[in-house]
Amino acid sequence: MGTIIIAIVIISGVGAFLATLLVFAERVITNYGDVEVDINKGDKKFTVRGGGSLLETLTNQKIFIPSACGGRGTCGYCKVKVLEGAGTLLPTEEPYMDAQERAEGIRLSCQIKVRNKIEIEIPGDLLTIREYSCTCEKIIDYTYDMKQFNLKLVEPTSITYTPGQYIQLLAPAYEGSPEEVYRAYSISSDPANKSGIELIVRRVPDGICTTYLFDHLKEDDTVRVNGPYGKFYLRDTNAPIIFIAGGSGIAPIKCILHHMKNTTIKRKAVFFFGVRTTKDLFLVEEMKQFEKELADFTFIPVVSQPEEGSDWHGATGRVTTVAEEFLKRMPTVSDCEGYLCGSPGMIDSAVKILADLGIPEDKHYYDKFS
Amino acid sequence: MTFGGHMIHLVVILFASVFTENILLARFLGMCSFLSVSRQVKTAVGLGFAVVFVMTFTVALDWLAFQYILQPFHLEFFRFILFIIIIAAFVQFVEMVIERYSPALYQTLGIFLPLITVNCAILGASLFMVIRDYNLAEGIAFGLGSGIGWMLAIVAMAGIREKLTTARIPAGLQGPGITLIIAGLMALAFIGFTGVLSGR
Repeated sequence: MGTIIIAIVIISGVGAFLATLLVFAERVITNYGDVEVDINKGDKKFTVRGGGSLLETLTNQKIFIPSACGGRGTCGYCKVKVLEGAGTLLPTEEPYMDAQERAEGIRLSCQIKVRNKIEIEIPGDLLTIREYSCTCEKIIDYTYDMKQFNLKLVEPTSITYTPGQYIQLLAPAYEGSPEEVYRAYSISSDPANKSGIELIVRRVPDGICTTYLFDHLKEDDTVRVNGPYGKFYLRDTNAPIIFIAGGSGIAPIKCILHHMKNTTIKRKAVFFFGVRTTKDLFLVEEMKQFEKELADFTFIPVVSQPEEGSDWHGATGRVTTVAEEFLKRMPTVSDCEGYLCGSPGMIDSAVKILADLGIPEDKHYYDKFS
Repeated sequence: MTFGGHMIHLVVILFASVFTENILLARFLGMCSFLSVSRQVKTAVGLGFAVVFVMTFTVALDWLAFQYILQPFHLEFFRFILFIIIIAAFVQFVEMVIERYSPALYQTLGIFLPLITVNCAILGASLFMVIRDYNLAEGIAFGLGSGIGWMLAIVAMAGIREKLTTARIPAGLQGPGITLIIAGLMALAFIGFTGVLSGR
């Protein structure tokens, strides 16, 4: 009996001592004091407690750098030009930097820490990115794993964005996910409506944010988003347009189609929309409506694996293969611009097909959902 | 034993743990990082130094804990738990200190520290130290030697694997297959030293 008590006391004592030591060390050693951050050579200056990552520090100051992976160093979006105070390039950043970026001092803001005075340069429009508090007005079920979330802006009450851009949505901590995370979703709504945004989201198995959206978020709940971000938008030319999207990749394209209707853009456009089975198809009626309302718009839904016995009469196969067959017969295909949105695999094969058809690579615009 | 005799004894322990009783190739401890982080000599050297450093210090700390906490209370059977928490706390602490005070060292050594917190070679060294009834000086010599031995093995492996990138390896043996075969051949070579020196 005595041994057991002594054993418990000794082991917990040593454990407690070491834990205290570490907590103490964290307070004292990783306390970098107040540190100054200087943006765009004096445009904006603030002082923060050092020790956090640059991305975190900027987010706390309501400056939102695009980031899709939530600071784990896997998406490579949160690049920032650091003029001074970040040390040398870390092994975790190397895979995302080419020679030119290295020379210019571009860094991944989620990997570098703010330990001393740091001077950075960011594009001016990032300073206009804002955080919005919204209420979830309505949740629409499209398919078994696809939902639309209609968010109404509360503070600020209106948003201006370029059709095709995306926002970041904050998933708060919930049961099973102890930390809050940001994830990027494209805006799918009519840009004429500035008082709200709609997002189309596919459920990712075990995804932190999609589990929150699908299982925890209810109508009338408050949601926080920030944005808008992204360079995926309709270029101002007269070239015919090829849209290729898979699954929830339809979202930014729907937004662009609304914009074309609102501003009576009469460009020729064809939209290949790929899904796996007929059960995954959605928004078909809305796209048919666009076919009637737009000057020259063709919607081609493509099902890769129609179920046995389904009455699917449309195009079958991979969306990129169907697009290739269709576009080959277009005489002026090399004048087109390609707008692609979907999984990295789909985009990579679509890019290859467009290049093979003679569309130069600077006319491919895409948004990879990863 | 005279002072000179002591010194020779320590040197024997050091060399024995580097060559004849190499913790990696004779005991097969610490295999996971040996197999996964041995693609480049540069990273292998970084990880090797981290192991040398951590092993030397944790053997000493664990010796003190064993001698002054566990033995007086007859709690020797708790050494597994106690050694592991001491190693984990020490590694975390060192990582924090390095990150704060030496960013250059953090880049070369610090980023490897989290990889070896639960390395079995590190715990193994402390447990051998108990089994063989080493005193503090012998323990430190043994920890240092085992660390150097581990580093020697992983750097040699990384050197071989760098050469292998240009070799034609049968498809079925690529990756882990050929690595394990090489580890086996290297172990055979090291077993050849057995009996030349004994640290016990």
